Amino acid sequence: MKARIHVTLKNGVLDPQGKAIGHALGNLGFAGVGEVRQGKFIEIEFAERDRAKAEAAVKQMCEKLLANTVIENYAIELVG
Amino acid sequence: MKTAVIVFPGSNREHDVADALRRSTGKAPALVWHRDSELPDVDLVVLPGGFAYGDYLRTGAIAARSPVMNEVIRRAEKGVAVVGICNGFQILCESGLLPGVLLSNASLKFVCRDVHLRVETSQSLFTARYQTGEVLRVPVAHHDGNYFADDATLDRLEDKGQVAFRYCAADGAVQTAANPNGSARNIAGVFNATKNVLGLMPHPENATDSLLGSTDGRGLFDSLADALV
Repeated sequence: MKARIHVTLKNGVLDPQGKAIGHALGNLGFAGVGEVRQGKFIEIEFAERDRAKAEAAVKQMCEKLLANTVIENYAIELVG
Repeated sequence: MKTAVIVFPGSNREHDVADALRRSTGKAPALVWHRDSELPDVDLVVLPGGFAYGDYLRTGAIAARSPVMNEVIRRAEKGVAVVGICNGFQILCESGLLPGVLLSNASLKFVCRDVHLRVETSQSLFTARYQTGEVLRVPVAHHDGNYFADDATLDRLEDKGQVAFRYCAADGAVQTAANPNGSARNIAGVFNATKNVLGLMPHPENATDSLLGSTDGRGLFDSLADALV
């Protein structure tokens, strides 16, 4: 099974990289670009077959390491 | 006074801080490799500056989960003094020993220059040699020094006297223009609730010899040497 995890900055947390990307898109002539927020995408393969157990394990991984919940949210998707 | 400096792959200021400790305590610290799960019996643990684990995932995130940190956390909870400088501050925040987190500088630029710091309290193991309100000149050198915590946490830190240092102008005025990285409320360093753990972004160890242009950082190490005889 595979877990796909999106880690994103919480609302209200300054994202200077997102801002810089937004500026660059403007410079390239893309009109109408609003706020840009940058995040992380992490894909993890593992042996667990039981979806509930897998989800619980990935949630622990997110809480303990993959996201810093002071500033980040995470979303988990299980595939396979 | 016995001290240890933890060395992670990517640490690079461990010898600078070892020099500063030697100057103030008269003894060399033990350098402890991050894979060690045992720490010598010491009065002070230092997490030095650098780029532990290449800043992968988030600055300090991987280092905060390395074997030696379990022991550092255990000692800190028992009251042993711990100071994290620059990358060490990031590691302390990631380990949960200090509140908040260090984000990328608001400018997205690496900042390497002298800054002025206002000592917010002389009531600590780390700052007793200074006067409250004293202005220090010490260098910063970081890309991720933008201190962030939610407003409730920041209010609590201020109420409990846990703000150690703030970025300020040469005359001590705390203003946006003197903030090198966008830190909330110009915060440059914070204590934990019991004030035995300090994290700060600037490098006091690089301001401990007149050859380096400033000796204003020496008070921090001298304060510790006084308190932890």
